This record gives sequence, structure tokens and C-alpha cells, in this order.
Amino acid sequence: MRHRATVILAVLILLALASLLLAGMIGSITLPVSDLPSALGEVVRGTPLTMTATLLDLRLGRALTAFVTGAALALAGVMMQALLRNPLADPYVLGISGGAAVGALAAILLMCAAWMIDAAAFGGAVSVSMLLYFLARRDLRGGLAAEGGASLLLLTGVILSSGCMALVTLMLSIAPESRLRGMVFWMIGDLSGAQVRWLPWLVLVGSLVFALRAARAINVVALHAEAAATLGVRVGALRQRLFFCSGLLTASAVTSAGSIGFVGLIVPHACRFAFGPDHRLLLPAAALAGGAFLVLADTLARTVLAPQQLPVGVVTAMIGVPIFLFQLHHIRRK
Amino acid sequence: MIRANNLQLRMGNRILVDRLDWQVAPGECWCVIGRNGAGKSTLLRTLAGLHLPEGGSVEMQGLILADWSLPALARERAYLAQSRSDAFGYRVIETVLTARHPYHADRYWEGSDDHQAAYAALQAMEVADLAERDVRTLSGGERQRVAIAALLAQDTPLLLLDEPANALDLAHQVRVMGLLARLCRDQRKTVVMVGHDLNLAHSVATHALLLMGEGQWRAGTVAEVMQASILGNCLGHPIESVQHGKRIFFIPAEET
Repeated sequence: MRHRATVILAVLILLALASLLLAGMIGSITLPVSDLPSALGEVVRGTPLTMTATLLDLRLGRALTAFVTGAALALAGVMMQALLRNPLADPYVLGISGGAAVGALAAILLMCAAWMIDAAAFGGAVSVSMLLYFLARRDLRGGLAAEGGASLLLLTGVILSSGCMALVTLMLSIAPESRLRGMVFWMIGDLSGAQVRWLPWLVLVGSLVFALRAARAINVVALHAEAAATLGVRVGALRQRLFFCSGLLTASAVTSAGSIGFVGLIVPHACRFAFGPDHRLLLPAAALAGGAFLVLADTLARTVLAPQQLPVGVVTAMIGVPIFLFQLHHIRRK
Repeated sequence: MIRANNLQLRMGNRILVDRLDWQVAPGECWCVIGRNGAGKSTLLRTLAGLHLPEGGSVEMQGLILADWSLPALARERAYLAQSRSDAFGYRVIETVLTARHPYHADRYWEGSDDHQAAYAALQAMEVADLAERDVRTLSGGERQRVAIAALLAQDTPLLLLDEPANALDLAHQVRVMGLLARLCRDQRKTVVMVGHDLNLAHSVATHALLLMGEGQWRAGTVAEVMQASILGNCLGHPIESVQHGKRIFFIPAEET
């Protein structure tokens, strides 16, 4: 088990690095492999002088943002699925992204600066999480709650989510023509305006450390729900932490790239399908695969109709829907 | 081993168990008997620490449950829930290995000692050949045996089982009950189980706790409380007992 996990994770790390490299090479001008080492050196030293180095710097910055966003979404997806004990849950199902959308769209509508849109998105996501926590706190703390207690949290989240969507629709319908395009792009999920930031990396690494330390206990809860307490797991505390972490990951991902669908659903699903449901391997594997997947999807989004750039959310949905349907029916047949 | 002091359990306004003073000693095998909704499962969940009593307390080895740390408690007692829902496709061996969690919470992967314990438990329940199967593909009876195997792998002095014979075929019912009786007799383990089959219970249990409804209860050795008239009173249907060799069978009286 240990050996298998090491091999899988090593392969995934190589895959992630390869995806970043590919994203750096491909674009309106393809960079030859031979120029990469020297250009990479310039980028790392922080003084991109040559044209190759400048291009690489730009592309890598965007690719790294894609990576951290994809990894955060996939990790949040695995956590949310374990929390709700439902393999079809995704990070958006509880309305956290809906809250971010309300915040961001309100900021765009009021013609705020870019950083304020981000702040508003983050604020919206956090407010919805807090509201959700307040409404479903009995359910979340409930190590002692009755069987099947996760449904209160799920239903509350779904209702909050549709409430947010109503607000979003309201804002879209009263928005002036000129701002509509920006709003729609934000909603679909777009990496073109994203800058490199440290906060998402901090959130990702922090959550991953927590996830790995709790991975054994997460397995027990995923298997036994409330009865995990009889195996020595503090179920209420673990569920609260899972909720907090997945909420924070979703908020940070949504803030840097808008709501990109399907990454948090497809990647955990595919990883579980390929490597099994053991969270000790699944959590890091999904983070790596999610990152690599979004880097590749974003590379596709900016090259497939070049010079036209597609919002990456469209690409993930186009890839995600058929994969998901295939997996679903494949499992049903088994 | 475990005792209830002046325990009261309620469900809404309904009193399930009232003023229960009850003690279970090591090596005893108790069967909890009562009608549907009499509070058997709630009592078992209370003993497991999954339900807080509405009054009174439960003590394990002289310490009330709330004062135990969860991992320490998990090394003392194991609990088999009445039903399970499997959301994820864990392999059988993985579900049994999680039962070793209380012993090595500091390990990331299980060690060979955990694997040995898990395989021994699977063999005891005759499901070793299913070890690599996805639990969601098992039949009800196979899933139940895997769950009991996990309970055995937890290797605790006290076993709490909510309807262990559920979904098992006749042969496995007898074998599981025989195994539980042997654990009590030979290894001085303690068993408290909920069951509906009076004859199965009578053949393995040393003691019985009867929940009579409206908070009333009777506890004692099998010879004391498992008598046709008391059981009939408890279950709300007249019961007759039949002697067959050394064994006694309980059968419901026919409605006339």
C-alpha cells in the first residue's frame, strides 16, 4: 500500500510538472525546448530579459495560478464528499461559490477596482459559509446526532445556493450592457486576469497538511459516519474542520479564478475510480491531479481558438460532462 | 465491566427505560429483548457512548463514559450498528483495517500486525475470500459478516452488537452465536447484544435484559427471566415453551 502510494504520487508529481512545462511552451508563439533551460533560469532569478523568458514568465504565472486553483478545488471536493458522505457532492453544492458570485458581481456592478472584486468575492464566500455553519451547527457538531445527519447541512446549503443564484440573476438583469461581459466571464470562471498570489498557496498547503494528518480519521468517518466515534474519532470536531477547510479552499479558488465548474467533482471522482477511496492516497493525489487538469484545461482554453481566449470554465465543463456521464454509467453497469 | 446507574432514556415524551440499575460482569453474554421501539437500540447506543442518557449515567470500569477519552474507550468496547450505508467503494480488507484505528492513530499506514489481525478476523467470519471485493457489491449477509469481522479485529473486551444475526443465513447465525459464546467463555470477553430470535438468544446468552415498555425492565440470568410467561408479557404475545432433549424452545401461541 505504502509502495503503491509512493509510485502513484511520484507519477502525479511528474505529470504536474510536465503540465506546467507544456503550459509554458505552448501559445501564440511556441517556445522551443532548447531555449527553455536558460529562459527558466532568467525567470527564477526574477530578471526576464529575452523575449522567450518574458513569455515564459507570463505563461508560468498564469499556469501556476491555474494549478493552485485546480488543486484547491479538487481537494475541497474530496473533503466535501467525505464530509457529506456523498461521492457526488462538489465544493459548490453548499452555495459557497454562490456567495462569492454575489459579492464579485455586486463589486463589478458598482465598478470597483480589481482587488475589491476579489475581496468582495472572498467576503461573499466567507459570509455564506458562516451563515451555513450557524444554521447547520447542530448537524456539524453532532458527533451524537442521529444517523444520516448530513442531510440538514446539505439541504441548507442547496437552499442558500439557490438564494444566491436568485441574487445573481437579479444583478445580471439590471446590469448595464457594458459590464455584462465581465460579469458573465467571472461566473463561468476565467484565469486570464489572474495574478500570482501567495494566499491561495498558503491555504492549499495548510489544508493539505491538515488533510494528511486527518486522513486516517477521515477514512473512518467516511465508512462509519457517526459510529466512527466508537473507533476513537472525534466526529464533530473532524467534521467542523473539514467544513472549515473545504470552505476556505473553495473561497480562495473562487476568488482567484471565478467559479470553475466540474474540477471539484470530476477529479476526485476519477482519482477514486483509479486509485480507490482510501483518503491517505486520495487527498494528495486529487490535489496534484486537479492542479494538472486545470493547467491543461487553461492551456487549451487560450490556444484552441487563438487569438480568441475561452473562459476556462467552459473547457472544464466540456471535458467534465462526458467524463462524468461515462464514469457514472460505467459504475452503474458494474 | 459496564454498569448503568439510575439510567433514564427518553424518545420525545415517551419513556423507554426508567431507573435502570444494571451491571454486566466480564465473561457474561447478555441479550436485550423487547418489542419494536422499546428502546433496545437506544440503550445499546447509550452504552456505546453515541447517545447521551436523559438521566443517570453509564460507567465503564468505574469511570463514567464522558470521562473516557474516545481512543481509550475504543480499545475497550466495540459497537456493531444495526445497519450501515456504504457511500464509498472501500475494499473489504480496508473496512476491517479501519477497526485497528484506535491502536495506531499515530501511524499513517497500517503495519503487518494490523493486517494479521484483520485477516484473522475475516477468516473467523469465513469471508477471507472476499478481502479484495468492493463492499458495495456484497450481499446483505456477506456485508454483515464483514462488519462483525471488523468488530473482532478491534479486539476489545466488551462487544456491543445490535442485531448481529441480521441478514445471516441459518448456518451463519448459529456460527456467529457460537463464536460469541466461545469468546465469552474462553477469553472472558463480555457481550451485550440485541436480538429478536428468542431461541438463538437462549442458546448463547448467560443473562437477559427484558425491556417491558413504559420504562419497566427485568434483568437476570437466562434461567430466571427467559420464561414463557415473562417473555409473553414482554413481547405482547402469548408464548409457549417446548422442551426438546436438554434444549428449550419458545414458540408464539397460535391466535385463535
